[in-house]
Amino acid sequence: MSENMINVPTMADLAAKGLTPEILFWVGCAGSFDERAKSITAAFVKILNKLSVNFAVLGTEESCTGEPAKRAGNEFLFQVQAVSNIEVMNAYGIKKIVTACPHCFNTIKNEYPELGGNYEVLHHSEFLQQLINEGKIKLQGGGEFKGKKITYHDSCYLGRSNNIYEAPRKVLEILDAELVEMKRSRTKGLCCGAGGAQMFKEPEPGFKDINIERTEEAIETGAKVIAAACPFCMTMLSDGVKNKEKESDIKVYDIAELIAKYEGL
Amino acid sequence: MEFLPQVIFLLLLSASGFFITKSILRIRRNILLGRDINRYDRPGERLKMMTLVALGQKKMFKRPLPAILHLFVYVGFIIINIEVLEIIIDGLFGTHRIFAPVFKGLYPSLINIFEFLAISVLVSCAIFLVRRNIIKVKRFDGEEMKRWPKLDANIILSIEIFLMICFLSMNTSDGILQTRGSEHYIATGDFFFTGFLKPLFNGLDNSELIFIERFGWWAHIIGILAFAMYVFTDSKHLHIFIAFPNTYFSKLDPAGRLSNMPEVTKEVKLMLNLPVDAGNDNAAPGRFGAKDVQDLTWKNLMEAYSCTECGRCTSQCPANLTGKKLSPRKIMMDTRDRLEEVGRNIEEKGKDHQDGKSLLGDYITVEEIMACTTCNACVEACPVNIDPVSIILQLRRFKIMEESQAPASWNGMFSNIENNFAPWKFSPSDRLNWVQKLNQ
Repeated sequence: MSENMINVPTMADLAAKGLTPEILFWVGCAGSFDERAKSITAAFVKILNKLSVNFAVLGTEESCTGEPAKRAGNEFLFQVQAVSNIEVMNAYGIKKIVTACPHCFNTIKNEYPELGGNYEVLHHSEFLQQLINEGKIKLQGGGEFKGKKITYHDSCYLGRSNNIYEAPRKVLEILDAELVEMKRSRTKGLCCGAGGAQMFKEPEPGFKDINIERTEEAIETGAKVIAAACPFCMTMLSDGVKNKEKESDIKVYDIAELIAKYEGL
Repeated sequence: MEFLPQVIFLLLLSASGFFITKSILRIRRNILLGRDINRYDRPGERLKMMTLVALGQKKMFKRPLPAILHLFVYVGFIIINIEVLEIIIDGLFGTHRIFAPVFKGLYPSLINIFEFLAISVLVSCAIFLVRRNIIKVKRFDGEEMKRWPKLDANIILSIEIFLMICFLSMNTSDGILQTRGSEHYIATGDFFFTGFLKPLFNGLDNSELIFIERFGWWAHIIGILAFAMYVFTDSKHLHIFIAFPNTYFSKLDPAGRLSNMPEVTKEVKLMLNLPVDAGNDNAAPGRFGAKDVQDLTWKNLMEAYSCTECGRCTSQCPANLTGKKLSPRKIMMDTRDRLEEVGRNIEEKGKDHQDGKSLLGDYITVEEIMACTTCNACVEACPVNIDPVSIILQLRRFKIMEESQAPASWNGMFSNIENNFAPWKFSPSDRLNWVQKLNQ
């Protein structure tokens, strides 16, 4: 291993050494397996690494939170997943969790406590905002996004579900870009179409797919960058941009990727 | 014979009181057909929610124009009730404008406020009628808004306009009779707004004016009593009362927290060889999820009665916006219609009667509930905190857990989670492979 190699400790590694990290980074299934979302995971870990955040991941001990099963109506499968995950996390004495997936975030934060899992759970947008507030990520001026139009797409599971509207926008402010809002944003933000387990089936018949409707709104803003904060939104919006044949001039990035790029990581 | 009007008045008042009480008990019984859910905690927060959302109309103001017009009708309704109190006392005791000597010099100011509100209500309702029938605002349209719901809205607005016309013509003729020193019509001081209407009636003689005044008085109060009864029959107008308890018993948790099923937890823990909480035994599972209205919670059912069919939910629903069959408003209206049907069955055929119908299937189709993205836009949009997502989720649970009828791709997702611990078919041992991306 070269010196530049980034090391990702697992809970098991640390436990073997008698160590407990400050934070568990919950990667999530999309962040672990989806090609596009893996880049988001990598970008976020690069930021954690650069700022010497004391973190670990569960690695192969992590398992689906059960979120899509619950929303599809399969409460039994959800609880099997939830109870097993809680057993693992409680065994490691985990107190604080950060995740880049709003679906995992919502479920662990809001639905695990009733099943015995009580943790402080942060979405990476909140965590990045804290790092900015603490002065660990600074506005340096310049950078490749300076003055560029960026539009932020509200994830339902951050926004309406958990009232997180400002943290991702605050994070984007550091880029010194021009933030433009879509016609429907914040409490009125339009879903990307993936929530409620829609990600895992074909949509019902209609005259349009939801992600196309949302992508059109994003394109209307004239922004060259669509900022997302959710791996599912990322998939839906990227597909939408491809469908509109705009992938050469409009890019969809996660806020962690934008910060990593800004920091030259 | 002298007391005949008072006797008639008393009879009308008692009859409507009886009818309304019966209707309230019927609605209460129907709501209590639902499963229990604890919404009695955190009374302070609940009171605050009710004050802001129901009394304060907070969520209405997301759309300022209808909000202001609605506020006029709402404030008019509440304030003019002081006038109704006077009418009731006058009606029972054969007096006329009993509050005039009580409030003395303030009385005309009080009437002026009522008259201002009456005119505002009249104008607002007229604009509402235009929005519905001439401009045809899109959210008042839709599959579920044909026939009765459409007529219901127009009846409500027309009755309100009629009541206000009665009230204003009553005051106009009363005002003229006062200046003519007619017996019984004591001088109370001028009424400002109906003062402008006096030229319309000036040519009439006293007996004609008394007829108009009496007609206005009786029509106004009979109209109000009839309207009050109407509200409790099968009308969306019930929201004027039930919005208060409905917002009081709101879900206070984050919108993203979907209800837990404690009856499942015990099974899961036994399966995973984990200790089961002793207190968990009382949960005897009946049916998983909801097939019919009785499987929903009483709060879901109260919400069905609270819906005023404004369509703000449906106009924000991503599925509906892109042409899918799902309309959150229809979910609520169907729940109410089915609940009313179950209620009628109980009255007519006894409480154990099964009519072979159910909410899911006969009212709401699987295609509708499958289209929901659980994005909570409908919940956010609802001015009285109705939560259609809760009903949709419970119907999905029935479809999946009781009938095992998931779309094939969902079954694939379920088996991936079960076997590979991810919704996609990847090997769990590859979960950390993303690390390679880091050092590329």
